[in-house]
Formats: sequence, C-alpha cells, structure tokens
Amino acid sequence: MYVAVKGGERAINNAHRLLAEKRRGNTETPEIETDQIEQQLSLSVARVMSEGSLFDRDLAALAIKQARGDLIEAIFLIRAYRTTLPRFAFSKPIETGKMDIERRISATFKDLPGGQILGPTFDYTHRLLDFTLMANGQTPPEAAQGDQPVDDTMPRVLDDLLNYEGLIQDEPASADNDDAPVADLTREPVSFPAGRDLRLQNLARGDEGFILSMGYSTQRGYANSHAFVGEIRYGKVAVEIEPEELGFAIDIGDIDITECETVNKFKGSKIKPPQFTRGYGLVFGQSERKAISMALVDRAMRAREMGEQIMGPAQDEEFIMEHSDNVQATGFVEHIKLPHYVDFQGELELVRRMRKEIEARAQSTPETKAAE
Amino acid sequence: MENTQTSQNTETGAAYNFAYLDEQTKRMIRRALLKAVAIPGYQVPFAGREMPMPYGWGTGGVQVTAAVIGPDDTLKVIDQGADDTTNAVSIRQFFAKTAGVATTEKTAEASIIQTRHRIPEKPLRDDQILVYQVPIPEPLRFLEPRETETRKMHALEEYGLMHVKLYEDISRHGHIATTYAYPVMVDGRYVMDPSPTPKFDNPKMNMMPALQLFGAGREKRIYALPPFTRVESLDFEDHPFSVQSWDDECGMCSATDSYLDEVILDDKGNRMFVCSDTDYCTERQDAGHRGPQHHDQPLGGKAAE
Repeated sequence: MYVAVKGGERAINNAHRLLAEKRRGNTETPEIETDQIEQQLSLSVARVMSEGSLFDRDLAALAIKQARGDLIEAIFLIRAYRTTLPRFAFSKPIETGKMDIERRISATFKDLPGGQILGPTFDYTHRLLDFTLMANGQTPPEAAQGDQPVDDTMPRVLDDLLNYEGLIQDEPASADNDDAPVADLTREPVSFPAGRDLRLQNLARGDEGFILSMGYSTQRGYANSHAFVGEIRYGKVAVEIEPEELGFAIDIGDIDITECETVNKFKGSKIKPPQFTRGYGLVFGQSERKAISMALVDRAMRAREMGEQIMGPAQDEEFIMEHSDNVQATGFVEHIKLPHYVDFQGELELVRRMRKEIEARAQSTPETKAAE
Repeated sequence: MENTQTSQNTETGAAYNFAYLDEQTKRMIRRALLKAVAIPGYQVPFAGREMPMPYGWGTGGVQVTAAVIGPDDTLKVIDQGADDTTNAVSIRQFFAKTAGVATTEKTAEASIIQTRHRIPEKPLRDDQILVYQVPIPEPLRFLEPRETETRKMHALEEYGLMHVKLYEDISRHGHIATTYAYPVMVDGRYVMDPSPTPKFDNPKMNMMPALQLFGAGREKRIYALPPFTRVESLDFEDHPFSVQSWDDECGMCSATDSYLDEVILDDKGNRMFVCSDTDYCTERQDAGHRGPQHHDQPLGGKAAE
C-alpha cells in the first residue's frame, strides 16, 4: 500500500527540538552566557554587527549563541530583526577625526603627527597556540599605560597631511552638503550604475571573505590600482542626531569603528598634475581585514570614474554588489536542497520522450544504420 | 485592508506588527503591486526587506502575501503542489503565528494561495489571489546575465535572443527543451518568467479570473497578472506549444488530467504516479475515485506493473 509522504509538520518540529538540544551541547558543560560572548568573542560580535548592519553588541552576542557560532546564520538573525525596526532619525555624519583613538597606524609614513598608536592587534604576534588558555590559566596582566595621552584630534593622514600638499584627489567635503540624501539599499531598490554611497554601503554589509578575496584579486593584477594603507584608525566616535524641533545636535551614544583610507596609484592629465587617488573602508568594531579589503574594492570600483580599463571582477560594480551579500548568497545556494520534484518531473518526462524518439528513428531507418 | 492591529499571538505578538512587516513597508510593497498590476508582466523593482527565512526560500512571496493579507483572509500555502512539504508548512506557520489568520489546505476555501512551483488544478475564482514565489524573475537572465542589458531589452521589446534560443533547442533536440519556467508573452508586450512552475501550468495563467502576483525577494522584483490577462507561451507556428502528458493515471485517485509526480517504489524500476496537487487528489478520493494503488483497491499495495 502506498501512502503519500505526509507528516512533514511533526518531523519539522522534532528537527527543531533536536537543533535546540544540539545547540546546548552536553549539559555537564556550563551554558555559555551572552555576556561572555560579547566580551570574549568581541571580534565575532563586531563582524555580526557590521554585516548585520546593526550596532548592538548584546543582540549580536545573542545571535551568535542562537546560531551555534555560525556567523552567517547570526548575521541573518540580526538582519531579520533589524528589518523590523522603525527609523526614528538619521544621524549626522560621524567625525572620525575626533575619534577616541585606540589604534592608529599609517603605512605610508614612518612617523607622523599624532604618532603610530599600535593598540590591541594580532599583528606581530607569533601564531603559536597558547595552551594556558585551554588550561584556563592566568588572568593576563593589565596592559601598561602610556605616559602621554593620545591627541584629542588626531590628524587624518589623507585629508590633513597629504591633501595639504595637494597630492591626493579631493573628495567633495561632506560639510558642504550634509543634507544631500544618502542612498540606502535596505530601503530602496538598487539600480546600476550605482553611486559611490551605495557601493560603500554594499561593501560595508558584504561578506568579509568575499570582499577580502576581491580586494586580494586587485593586488594580483585583476585591476590596476596599487594601494598603500594611508591610515587605519580604530576607536570610539560619538553618534549625533539633530531633531528638527530642537535645532541642535544631541549625542545619542558611542560606537566603535575601524576606518581605513588607502592611497592609490596616481593619475594625471594634461591639465591636472599627477595626484594620488583614494579608497575608503569603514566597519563596526575592530576589523582591519574587512576595512582594508573594502577600501581596495572601493578604489577598484571607481575605475569608470577614473577612466580606467576594466580588467577584473573587482572593478565590476554589478558583479561585486550582486554577489557580496552572504545572507542573499547563502539563501539561494542552499535553497537547492528544497524539493524540486515538480521541475525534475518535467525534465524526466522530456528526456524519456527524446530517448524514445531517437530509438524509434533508429529502428525505422535500418539501412542507414547498416551503412554506418 | 486594515492591518493596523498587532498580532494577537502571545509568543511573538508583542514584538512584531500584524503579518510581520511594518505598515510603511507594506505600503511600499502595495505601491509596487499597484504598478505591477497596471503594467502586466513588467518587473517592478521594490525595496525587498530581509525576512526571517532565507533568500531563495520564498521571501518575495512572503512579502507580497504580508502586504495583501488581512485578518479575515484564509491562507493556503503549497510547495510543489502540496500543503505538507517542509517549506509550505514553515510559511503557513509563519502567517498563522504573525497574523493569526485562518489557514486551509482546500483550494476552494482559500482567499490567498501562496505557491512555489505549481498552480492548483482546481480553477481559481475572481475572489482569490495567487501569490507566486519567484527565484529568478528575469526570463532573459540565462541569455544575458546583466540586469542593465536585460532591462534595455524589455524596454525595446527586443526578444529576438529568446526566439533564437527556442529555435536552437528545436534544431538540436527536436523540442523546445524548457519544461518549467517556460517563458510567456503577457498581453502581447512583455516576456515574463512564470516562475519555475512546470509548463503544464502555463495555460492556466491565461485569462485566469484570479489576481496573480509574483514576488522575487532576493532579486527585489514584483510583477503581476491582473485578472483575465492574455498569457501566451512562446512557440513557433510549426512547433506549437504543448504541455506534458502521462501514459499513466494517478495511483491514488486515477486522475489523468493533473500533473503527476513519480514515486519510486523499489529498486527494481517499479514506480507509480500520484497527483502533485494534494488537495485535488484528496478531493477526488473523497468523491469515490480510486486509482490502482489505492489501499482499498484489489491490487492496492502492489507495485504498479
């Protein structure tokens, strides 16, 4: 007796119960607290906030816990939550020049006004497993305090130092058009060619691995926009909004961000002396890999504006922007595990029919067959 | 429709609006829907939102349904024609939870039917809405990967590439080798992707009394067929369009006019066929129709020979 496949609902509910059990793991091990994730897996938290486009450390930690540490799944949870939030106001542009600096380095100058502030970094560590962490070893000694405070307004390498000599291309100062609308791909459909604001938003939300690989490709000849890290800075900046009825700005809190500005291959023309060009990266939390990659790809995507020949995918804004989003990508890639039997039935039917026809033709013309 | 009250459900109700999306978003989607209805077959870009289910799993259809559903609606969700497939269950539960609406498995009782890959066998009425989940809304996508190009081609009604493709199929295989997502011409103007429904369902779209809405979430496109719109499957005079047919009947209800799924019974090549539309099949069985594999038939339980 045949009974059509039924009972999907109960099976799904049971699968979800099993998932919850697996998430918890062995109950003899203490359950991980979201505070612990927020504090001790802070770089995961930063990635989830950046690609989830929502600055909320607690929610990011919760998402990581719920997703069993799968960061793309966590980003997905955050995006699905974010989409339901109403917009109360638009902030004023953040002033990264006034950042409360934790780290600031330049690769283009050995020393510079404000100095090289290393801050917390994996750079220069030896990647040797530290087994004392596994043994739940010692609390690390407190980091030493410098004897001089960091400058309150750390000059920006590109705008304040290079531009002083006119060596780098001008960016239209945002101060002139604070009120100009800024694109938002979560609220408006994307159309091409896309403006740089939209491209940067896409890159900021884009998958770290994808942006990394695309940035990397520009260094290997698939674009020609050789870059130096003019500056990376990481620290806290204030977010301000200016409610219309108030007429002045109020500080609604601090966010920590990483900003990267690259100095790229110069360009000149008959009327313009040669000048360096720029790439820009900005992400939540400390993520220099993402910020640098973003700046590389931003610069590569300016090929059209710079009149450069398109020779690699990183320069192709449509290719980059349509494939950078890991929530979109993972959804569509994984959807092929959903049932497709109706479509497959159509294919089965056609292939059988075509085979039958070929067979019939072969039988009806025996002499040509013999001649072969 | 008045959707301003919040969901009554106690678990998630407090945190989310009726049918999940906020009212501004629904208004934006309804505007896109109105435009889509006004220009049948034209793909209207819309600011698709991130949904709590993955892209490619019906987010477009879910957003369209969320924008048109009201508290008095009765929702049916099918995937591959069946109400009981995993994704259909998940979407039905989603609306039951976030909108608290009535749900049904009966085609005739539903006011909104969200579907993936099928059109119900039972003809739809003018008081029903059929919402399709669409993965790739652009019928020309696999001929031209660039959106900038395909939009231009639609604007100029430049569909030569599609006809060449169909012609090449015929010269190579003797058939148009497209069995699902078979392109259609809407009201003599726009070539449209009917979503990956089998071409068996294409004729049902033509002059359908129900409103047909298509949502593509990842690609952020909405399109529509207003009631009684002309929908023709592309073909050639000497190679007219035809739909799939089976030599078999449904093993459960003996239908010969419905789309049949193949069921493998053992590893010796035995198989049977059964209606992909579960409601259609159940209704026929309730009316006394019996196929050879039905359990109250003399040979019921035996594999088809």
